[in-house]
Amino acid sequence: MSEFHLYMAQRLSALVMAPFVIVHIGVMIYAIQGGLSASEILGRTQGSAFWFAFYGMFVIAVSIHAAIGLRTILGEWAGLRGGARDAVAAVIGLGLLALGAQAVWAVTA
Amino acid sequence: MPERDHLTVTVQRGGPDAPMRPQTFEVPAYDNQTVLDVVSWIQQNADPTLTYRFACRVGMCGSCAMMVNGVPRWTCRTHVSKVLDGNAIEVGPLRNLPVIKDLAADMDPFFDKWVAAEGMHHPTRTRDDAIEAIDPVAMERQEANAGIECINCSVCYSACDTVAGNPDYLGPAALQRAWTLYNDAKDADRDAILDAVSGKGGCHSCHSMGSCTTYCPNELDPLSAIAGLKRATAKRFFGGRKG
Repeated sequence: MSEFHLYMAQRLSALVMAPFVIVHIGVMIYAIQGGLSASEILGRTQGSAFWFAFYGMFVIAVSIHAAIGLRTILGEWAGLRGGARDAVAAVIGLGLLALGAQAVWAVTA
Repeated sequence: MPERDHLTVTVQRGGPDAPMRPQTFEVPAYDNQTVLDVVSWIQQNADPTLTYRFACRVGMCGSCAMMVNGVPRWTCRTHVSKVLDGNAIEVGPLRNLPVIKDLAADMDPFFDKWVAAEGMHHPTRTRDDAIEAIDPVAMERQEANAGIECINCSVCYSACDTVAGNPDYLGPAALQRAWTLYNDAKDADRDAILDAVSGKGGCHSCHSMGSCTTYCPNELDPLSAIAGLKRATAKRFFGGRKG
């Protein structure tokens, strides 16, 4: 993947994340009015195709966006170059995806 | 009469064969004095082995840029009174470039990247054709005009923290040059320009920190030129390209 395609992937994933972040924070603020328990959350999310799709896409966008951004930081700040930098960034992206997917599955399945 | 008789001038000396070390000189102070005057006084009166570079002395040639008190400046147009820190000035070679000796930086990487960014003319016509008429008020021409007064002094390149962190980055001057050609009605290969600035170290490496625009001695705006290249490459990606 070229630098330009990574650039576009990071911008487009940011575009996807923007409404997710707003809805995520908005719903949190709305939902905690009058207290909130784990069972209340799970009662709304378990079996919900909407929240599965919402947080599923959110996690994919975060994994792409963060991995590309950290790849740049690894190059400019940590001095990593070439394949080593790409490998570390890929591990970070896949790690975020695995952790996020596990969490989405745990609350929506 | 100046308030002080002498300036304390610290000059970074050295090069590839000798580690850089500061050397301090006492230089006579005058009412009207540029940083280049000070460096020249040292070379002519205190130490003839001091190496530095200049040519026109009037801010046209882009030869005399140096770090002055940690900031890249064109020294021939930088008045001492504007940069004096107490009674002292520190002068060093341009940042982000190899040092040849003392205050002379090796400009090769800077100009190599100028070429790598496709900063060259791609003609639309041959010498046998009539000269193309250019509309001076066309929006594209205005975009090009905004960047063509670059004097290649490398102040922006030295000011750029992205260049410092990423040696592959083409830098503000080369990318601004590419942007002026992209907007030039007489340039026939815009795709080649966009290809050149989309690769490793291209315009997409820019973090928009804006030191280039802040420090450009000619008050040009490479930051906006690079943003223009980013927009043009994204537009091409989505299939919309200008004619």
